[in-house]
Amino acid sequence: MTQTQTSPGTRTLVLPTPPTRRGTLRRRIGKPSGNSAAPVGMRSRSYRTVNVIVTAILSLGGIIMIAPLLWTFSTSLKTREAVFALPPQWIPDPVQWANYLRVWDAGPLASGILNSVIVSVSVTVVGTISSAVAAFAFAKMRLPYKNVVFLSLLAAIMIPFPTIMIPQFKMFADAGLVDTLWPLILPGIFGNIVMIFFLRQYLTSVPDSMIEAAKLDGAGYLRIFFTLIFPAIRPAIAAQFILWFMAVWNDYLAPIIYLNSPEKQTLQLVIATFNATYASQTDYPLIMAASFIALIPVLVVFLVFQRQIIESVALSGSKG
Amino acid sequence: MSTTAVRRSRLHRREHLTAAAFIAVPVIGFLIFIAYPLAFAVYASFTKWNGLTDPVFNGVDNYVQMWNDPYFWQVMGNTVFMMIGIPIGLLLSLLLALALNRKMRGTTFFRTVYYIPVISSLAAVAILWQWAYNGDFGLVNQVLAFFGIDGPDWLQNAATAKPAIIIMSVWKGLGYSMLLYLAALQSVPRHLYEAAAIDGAGALAQFRHITLPMLRPVTFFLVVTSIIGGAQIFIEINIMTPTGGPEFSTASIVWYIWQKAFNYLEMGYATAMSVVLGVLVFIVTAIQFQLNRRSQFSIE
Repeated sequence: MTQTQTSPGTRTLVLPTPPTRRGTLRRRIGKPSGNSAAPVGMRSRSYRTVNVIVTAILSLGGIIMIAPLLWTFSTSLKTREAVFALPPQWIPDPVQWANYLRVWDAGPLASGILNSVIVSVSVTVVGTISSAVAAFAFAKMRLPYKNVVFLSLLAAIMIPFPTIMIPQFKMFADAGLVDTLWPLILPGIFGNIVMIFFLRQYLTSVPDSMIEAAKLDGAGYLRIFFTLIFPAIRPAIAAQFILWFMAVWNDYLAPIIYLNSPEKQTLQLVIATFNATYASQTDYPLIMAASFIALIPVLVVFLVFQRQIIESVALSGSKG
Repeated sequence: MSTTAVRRSRLHRREHLTAAAFIAVPVIGFLIFIAYPLAFAVYASFTKWNGLTDPVFNGVDNYVQMWNDPYFWQVMGNTVFMMIGIPIGLLLSLLLALALNRKMRGTTFFRTVYYIPVISSLAAVAILWQWAYNGDFGLVNQVLAFFGIDGPDWLQNAATAKPAIIIMSVWKGLGYSMLLYLAALQSVPRHLYEAAAIDGAGALAQFRHITLPMLRPVTFFLVVTSIIGGAQIFIEINIMTPTGGPEFSTASIVWYIWQKAFNYLEMGYATAMSVVLGVLVFIVTAIQFQLNRRSQFSIE
């Protein structure tokens, strides 16, 4: 359900195209096969020349992609005055590592991180279990009308969060939960339909005979889930978990409507407040230090789990 | 009835109950947090409601007000205008994917580099681009100055504020569509190219008659998701131009809904606009479902 909670733009709202053949494992995005740009059988000198030109263009583009991030990091290490130096300094002189100490006292950055961790972890951990168990039932268990239910849940993907946010706000206001983390956590822990969709899809590759055998041995469904299903679909769970975690971590619209007190805000709101507060004091190094700190966790997660992330994202749009 | 049949039906019932319990969790979540709010939104859109007292039915007043609200049309116009970035981004990302699909060194590295903005928090990215767009000391104008161009104060200027946000959005989303294009390119069966090569088709003909048609589904998917995402653009507007931009030039529909609902407490009016937004998104999604089902989507 939290799919609708995450910020617009970063989430996938439309039903991604599943792989069509049952049980066919998706292909890896690995080394490029190089089959489209060059005619088959032509690995000539001209191909290599083009490669050099392409690499040069890609490098230039890569610099454009990275420059704003480097500029942020560079700014975060400057003195307030050095920010306005002309010509600009790429390598700060002097280097103000102290900005990264100062930033913790300048605003509720630590509590922001803590709140973001609480929300992201509780939503994704509990929500993943809810989603996986439901996906198991949808894929492998007998239940009348289960596909009708599944399709109705899928229809929820079509509803943009802004359309339901005002009534949701009223609900949580009536329950006295505004300015707590609950409105960000509760809708998520019931599961995420996109995750259910992908896990259900993935489960078609798990043979029914495996489950039947366990049933004959007298295993209950929860036990089958935890001992057989969960290990079998762990890669798919991991990939979906990471994507969901990053989406919740980066969420902004739901936090901004629910959280008012500075110490209740999530990290994304905290840095936005930093931005508003310190820009008027022209303390750009402080803003950039806070923003850079906010970028780091997801950046690390991405670099560590790059392969899984890239594969599952690619899957979401591929034709299988 | 034989004893085995009785036993089996009992087993089935147990399975049904367990399965129902398993799917009950997301179903309850759906009913509480999506279905009910949606129904309430539709109802509240026909009421005068300030969020503090109970909604009072006022017919289609909100929709009439919307029709006559020049700001509503302006934010709709702004939102649509900022979608110019979508075709630009798609074209660039296709070129990128073609480049990265070549047999050469460094493709994995470049893929990572171009994907970093995608995973970065939009709030942080908006903050750093706001700083990069600073008229006097921002990175963008420093680079332009290097080429002898005197850059504008991007976000303070009605003529440049929208392009500034578009450029940032393209930068942010490029890696995502690049990745999907790359995956699609790599799933084109090799034998198609081999057969074409035997028939004497050159690289360009192969691209036009094999690659482009094979990329159509993913392009369609990207267009639809981008339109839906673009219709809900909010974070970058809220952070980079907190007041809706110079001459209201960057205010988007979601930004306006948010303003009306939570700053002006015109919840009824805001809900009506959000219902219109929901209907528009629904139409776009329904088209995608329809066309998609024809080609590959099936639920057994």
